[in-house]
Amino acid sequence: MRFGTEIVLLSLFAFAALVAAGFGADEPFRQHMWVLFFAVAGFTAILLRNTEFKPATPVDPTAYMDGPIRYGAIATVFWGVVGMLVGVVIALQLAYPDLNIQPWFNFGRLRPLHTSGVVFAFGGNALLCTSLYVVQRTCRARLFGGNLAWFVFWGYQLFIVMAATGYLLGITESREYAEPEWYVDLWLTVVWVAYLLLFLGTILKRKEPHIYVANWFYLSFIVTIAMLHVVNNLSMPASFLGSKSYSAFSGVQDALTQWWYGHNAVGFFLTAGFLGMMYYFVPKQVNRPVYSYRLSIIHFWALIFLYIWAGPHHLHYTALPDWAQTLGMVFSIMLWMPSWGGMINGLMTLSGAWDKIRTDPIVRMMVAAIAFYGMSTFEGPMMSIKTVNSLSHYTDWTIGHVHSGALGWVGLITFGAIYYMVPKLWNRQRLYSMRLVTWHFWLATLGIVVYAAVMWVSGIMQGLMWREYDEQGFLVYSFAETVAAMHPYYVMRAAGGAMYLTGMLIMAWNVAMTILGYQREEQPLPGSVPALQPAQ
Amino acid sequence: MGLIDKHALIERNATLLLVGSLLVVTVGGIVEIAPLFYLDNTIEKVEGMRPYSPLELVGRNIYVREGCYLCHSQMIRPFRDEVERYGHYSLAAESMYDHPFQWGSKRTGPDLARVGDRYSNSWHVQHLTDPRSVVPESIMPSYAFLKDKPIEVKDFSTHLVANRRVGVPYSDDMIAEANADLMAQADPDADTSGLEGRYPKAKLGDFDGNPQQVTEMDALVAYLQMLGTLADFKNYDEAAGYR
Repeated sequence: MRFGTEIVLLSLFAFAALVAAGFGADEPFRQHMWVLFFAVAGFTAILLRNTEFKPATPVDPTAYMDGPIRYGAIATVFWGVVGMLVGVVIALQLAYPDLNIQPWFNFGRLRPLHTSGVVFAFGGNALLCTSLYVVQRTCRARLFGGNLAWFVFWGYQLFIVMAATGYLLGITESREYAEPEWYVDLWLTVVWVAYLLLFLGTILKRKEPHIYVANWFYLSFIVTIAMLHVVNNLSMPASFLGSKSYSAFSGVQDALTQWWYGHNAVGFFLTAGFLGMMYYFVPKQVNRPVYSYRLSIIHFWALIFLYIWAGPHHLHYTALPDWAQTLGMVFSIMLWMPSWGGMINGLMTLSGAWDKIRTDPIVRMMVAAIAFYGMSTFEGPMMSIKTVNSLSHYTDWTIGHVHSGALGWVGLITFGAIYYMVPKLWNRQRLYSMRLVTWHFWLATLGIVVYAAVMWVSGIMQGLMWREYDEQGFLVYSFAETVAAMHPYYVMRAAGGAMYLTGMLIMAWNVAMTILGYQREEQPLPGSVPALQPAQ
Repeated sequence: MGLIDKHALIERNATLLLVGSLLVVTVGGIVEIAPLFYLDNTIEKVEGMRPYSPLELVGRNIYVREGCYLCHSQMIRPFRDEVERYGHYSLAAESMYDHPFQWGSKRTGPDLARVGDRYSNSWHVQHLTDPRSVVPESIMPSYAFLKDKPIEVKDFSTHLVANRRVGVPYSDDMIAEANADLMAQADPDADTSGLEGRYPKAKLGDFDGNPQQVTEMDALVAYLQMLGTLADFKNYDEAAGYR
């Protein structure tokens, strides 16, 4: 029977959720378990409707397993729209506080929904599907473990749904980018170990002698995130049928553990993983080999070694001992070099094909992504210098910095990879429309520029207003006055974010039409096809 | 380049690559974080710190639940403007019972590390209910719903036990009296002598203007009113605390 074991296990899981919904120790936990019950029961019902009693058709062990990757590409686009939409909403809440709807849609509950939505749902699905796409093609091997890839995909979506609904219900550990409570963390651990097995297993059964450089980055991302996730989320639940837990560490130790995690969520989730993406999709799209093999070796080991040390720069001038702050600052500055090593290796891969920036909007997107990567990995080390940080910390400058990396680097490189993969995954000749890709590119790029520039101005202004003294030695501004001064910038920031979201919606349309098999009749972009020359 | 050529070994062996990268990424964390657990001078010596009373802990959990830390820091840096605006710079000792820490990373609103005793209870209730009625420039959401939510905990002692398991020195007495203390602190008619002994400097009485009921508003205001009021800076040796 097809899905027989799965249906039995899922029914038991749904029943356990129902029991927990009945006997939960606190109201949010009971509500959360109802969500879990309906999610799992609904999924079981879908499997039941698709079950068959015929013997299973044998799978071709040499063919690539692309089903979960197709789902992953759709999930990436879907969660991208959701996460960015929530981003625009909370940006507007800061400009117009009456848009807060208590209790579920207050800023404090929506903000983790936005960060987790874009980092883990959009970025996570992008990493999941591209890594499985890349590892099969660079190893010339089918994914390891039969239906393990499906478990990883659906298990991860369940994690996203539980995390997201938990935030709205007020279930949070308050650890930035690690907010889900203990039971959701445990579930993610199971899924993540399965992902590691899936990825490593596929590498182990490869038919290529070499492990391609993209896979080094993906592998180090998966294993490091496992380590960070487990250590940072160590906590003691108040009840095994309740939503509340207390973190294993307190105060200063807790703070450094959290930012050791937090900075490396950036370093490994949003950097190493996406560098893996760059190392496969950029050479593919421009049809050139990676610029330097030696550079990739050096910058890989240097990057993963140095990144881990950079966490304390989130805690400059706090009650963290000075020696740890200084150590964090020194390593953050050193980190500039391997970061730019990756940028150079990516950009120089275009050697001999620079004209494609003009003619191919997907290449343009990838190059812009690498350029933003270079810019934000310069800005980061600069902001980690203690004197700069004394001004920038606690202000919007940090928010601008994160977004130039997230929208510029992570967003654009993902869009490039999705635009590359989708026609291949669904056997389409080309995308529905290349002109829409150009529109997406310009809306996204202008959106980022507006966002980052506005946040520089507001952040630096805020920092300077807080520390401004008059000639008699009194503070010039009350805190409330500095809040009022932010208003025009918050409006402009929301406009920049809305532009980026519009680009994302155009992408969703373009991808959907490609999947459905349409091709828009349009003039080819100038230079993308060879111009006909009259015969001599 | 002999070393680079040897790299081919790692490129052909997935286990080596996995173990190698795992070893490389563990170093930084071990060197930076582990010493904080055994270096004696990490936590300064200061008088007055004690575990949170049950009502304060409930309030703190509401503070966490509503994501207050996303806009308010609880960490005053040692700069002239911050010390004048918010008070003495924060010590590590002041958050040594904080599971999790609430230092925050963004000041969309002001720092709250020493907000305790700065405003009256009724100001806090009014501000949480309708922020712009007391601070016209504020962009804070309303938390009026807290007034209508009575605290319903069947047995709060499990929360104190969980805290004790991760190192907070809650005594057997504190755990045994947890539920009674939780209700007594916000009840103007309760006998609070035991509570005051267990939790010195705890703020007592009705906080939310509704003595009939202990609500989430009571708990949150009780927490806000004690923030930064415990550490005794009169007898604090600044030079000894520097590290």
